[in-house]
Amino acid sequence: MDNLILPTKNTWCPGCGNFGIQNALKEAVSEMDPGKTVLISGIGCHGKISDYMNLNSVYALHGRSIPVGTGIKIGNRELNVVCMVGDGDTYDEGVSHFVHAAKRNSDITVIVNDNRVFALTVNQPTSTSPRGYVSTTSPKGTTEDPLNPLDTALSLGATFVARGYAGKQEHLKRLILEGMRHRGFSFIEVLQPCVVWFNTFPEYNERCYEMEEEYLPIEKAREKAREWDYANDNQIPLGIFYKEEKPTNEEQLGDIHQVDVLAMMEESK
Amino acid sequence: MENFQIIVGGAAGEGSKKAGLIIAKMFNSYGYRVFIHEDYHSLVRGGHNFSQISVSSDIGIEAKKDRIDFLLALNEDTVMKHKDKLGVGSVLMYDVSITNTEVLQKDGIETIPVPIDEIINESEGSSLMKNTALVSSFSKMMGMEFEKIKPILEKEFNRETEKNIKVSETAFNKTEKRRETIETGKDPLPLLSGNKAVAMGALKAGLECCISYPMTPATGVFSFLTTVEGIRTCQPENEISVVSMALGTAYAGRRTIVSTSGGGFALMTESLSFSAQSEIPLLIVLSQRMGPATGVPTYVGQGDLLFALNSGHGDMERFVVAPGDVDEAYYWGGKALNIAWRYQMPSILLLDKELSENTYGLEGRYQIEKEDIVEGLNDTGYKRYEGNDISPIAFPGGEAVVKATGYEHTKDGISTETPQEVKEMVEKRIRKGERLREELEVLEAVKVYKEGPVAIVFWGSTKGALLEATKDMNVRLVQPLVMQPFPEKRMKEALEGAEKVICVEMNSGGQLAQVMRMNGIEVDDKVLKYDARPFTVEGLRSILEEKINI
Ligand SMILES: Cc1ncc(C[n+]2csc(CCOP(=O)(O)OP(=O)(O)O)c2C)c(N)n1
Ligand code: SF4
Ligand SMILES: [Mg+2]
Repeated sequence: MDNLILPTKNTWCPGCGNFGIQNALKEAVSEMDPGKTVLISGIGCHGKISDYMNLNSVYALHGRSIPVGTGIKIGNRELNVVCMVGDGDTYDEGVSHFVHAAKRNSDITVIVNDNRVFALTVNQPTSTSPRGYVSTTSPKGTTEDPLNPLDTALSLGATFVARGYAGKQEHLKRLILEGMRHRGFSFIEVLQPCVVWFNTFPEYNERCYEMEEEYLPIEKAREKAREWDYANDNQIPLGIFYKEEKPTNEEQLGDIHQVDVLAMMEESK
Repeated sequence: MENFQIIVGGAAGEGSKKAGLIIAKMFNSYGYRVFIHEDYHSLVRGGHNFSQISVSSDIGIEAKKDRIDFLLALNEDTVMKHKDKLGVGSVLMYDVSITNTEVLQKDGIETIPVPIDEIINESEGSSLMKNTALVSSFSKMMGMEFEKIKPILEKEFNRETEKNIKVSETAFNKTEKRRETIETGKDPLPLLSGNKAVAMGALKAGLECCISYPMTPATGVFSFLTTVEGIRTCQPENEISVVSMALGTAYAGRRTIVSTSGGGFALMTESLSFSAQSEIPLLIVLSQRMGPATGVPTYVGQGDLLFALNSGHGDMERFVVAPGDVDEAYYWGGKALNIAWRYQMPSILLLDKELSENTYGLEGRYQIEKEDIVEGLNDTGYKRYEGNDISPIAFPGGEAVVKATGYEHTKDGISTETPQEVKEMVEKRIRKGERLREELEVLEAVKVYKEGPVAIVFWGSTKGALLEATKDMNVRLVQPLVMQPFPEKRMKEALEGAEKVICVEMNSGGQLAQVMRMNGIEVDDKVLKYDARPFTVEGLRSILEEKINI
């Protein structure tokens, strides 16, 4: 696994935010044990990462990466499980899985490539699109306020909550590394401009800033998370919002060993 | 041969199910063959629950009859609901506090009041022990030994054990012996529900994980496995998550089972298709209840056969099997897991409410072991989807890069849309199905019982009632177990020379009949039951007699 990038033809649009995320992921994983890493991706532009990386991978169904990743960790606690998923994937189609993986404190890392659009299906709104977003299925603009993924994750009890930006690769790499090293559910929301449908590079470049490295108490973290609500024109904080140690789902499970079925039968007489 | 039918009933929460199990275990310990049919409603307290126990001195009768020989009533409702099933020579044992005695005066019925409250008070027991008092009085009346019931109570009551034993002892002292129960000379059998049998078979075949969401009547598979040390279990947020997690554990190399009923299975179908495409092994136990939708949730139906066969989008190979009793459930629980893993495809084990939740004696007719799978060299040259049919499987964590995907893919597991590559992969999976079809030759895919010009075809839990109902009839019974790949050749052999083919099913559409027709097998007549209750022996016999004589 010396070369983590496969020679597969890459079909992301030139200039897409996914390239920066892929680079950050590659750098982070190479500092961990790539052979012990499993990448699970959803369906969407982001999901193609499975075809591009020379890593163990499951190219899962739309929205289902998180439970697949949880199952992998339940099956083998030695593996580093990284789900690289989309905003439509996670905050729309698979939102129940996101909620419960956080609540369960599954020891997996969830990286959401949030371009705030269904990109692969050629431009429809997702949960993080701003109100009024005009698209192929909202010609007059959407009528809903966006969801704030960070505030949501914090309310769910996620034990590691961070936000990165595809335009700040080195910073993002550090977040991914910290997330992978964190024991428990790590959630990294990544602002990923889609240069074709929703090019947010200019506004993110102008408004994103790196927070001081301090771990906030939960209420302060939530306050910080609300500083930018995916709708207003405020500055956008990046970095680790919250981190906490709690027992993980998988470490609380017993060991797997052979079962004496014949003795059980004897018991049932 | 002697056979008698016992009903023990009460309100939900009064422990009639436990009472039924204790009675069955008592007779089992004397070497009788026993079977318990459970009947309960979708409520938690109150209502009317009952267990019907079929006790046989020789070959077991794994079905309920209309006529009841012993009715044991914890409450008045039980008497009212079942009194018409009593006939001359039947015995009614009832809690003496039941005041509506008019019904107790029926001619030819032996009535035995049991002073349940008195027994409990004298033993300083609690009102939760009414069931213990009643079954103990019954055991004594039947001429059983107190020493036989004691170890059973010790096993069944891990709380307040001593008090239950005291109540039992008092009941024995206060009851008159009226019958003789003697050892049959046969060994007691393990008493298992179909759900438990499936789980045990799967454990024997190397099961390591169970991921499920509760749904009657399948929950017993899951709840039993959560008590087993040595496997990992998880109850996620919904069935979509269940099946996705199960694909995850399997990808990590763990033999995994999922249990559900129709509604939950419906939610799993997208991932069923993923299992086929990604070639990640998957075993789903689908226990049918009366549908559609929520249907009649605690009662039986066989309406999901066509759904199981056709579920999931896209062309796909799968294995579907429907056992008919616990020995078959045990064997196929293991075999269906082995097949999922050897062929790397989805495998569905169909049960129904009756087989899932009724208790049967496991005769031990079959052996099942963990079967070897084709494993790949876990090195850097590994390609997940290499080969003509079954690709050697590897698991993440070693040298190999292990790719799994729901997209159509190349041998390396990378997405492809090239016509040639798409076609090759489709054909690779079809060849797995063909190999499975070849294996049908050595599997007990179709069973034939008895001989005769009329062939009665059935599947699943109707087996018990059919075997008994046709005992004295000149008919052939044909039971397809494997439903996909459909054992067309074996079925045709089994039906050779039959003048008439009748399908017996617990659904309104004749689903097996439809499957047979699709496979070029004519069905002349159907016996369909869709009132959410299983066939009784007498009921089925009279329908068949009518059908066959015309
Ligand atoms: C069950 C299901 N519904 C719908 C689709 C169609 N679909 C494919 S990708 C996609 C949107 C993906 O959006 P997102 O997760 O944000 O990924 P992006 O393309 O933006 O990276 C949809 C709706 C699908 N593949 N599966
Ligand atoms: S459509 Fe948007 S998200 Fe998809 S590859 Fe192109 S730029 Fe990237
Ligand atoms: Mg998106």
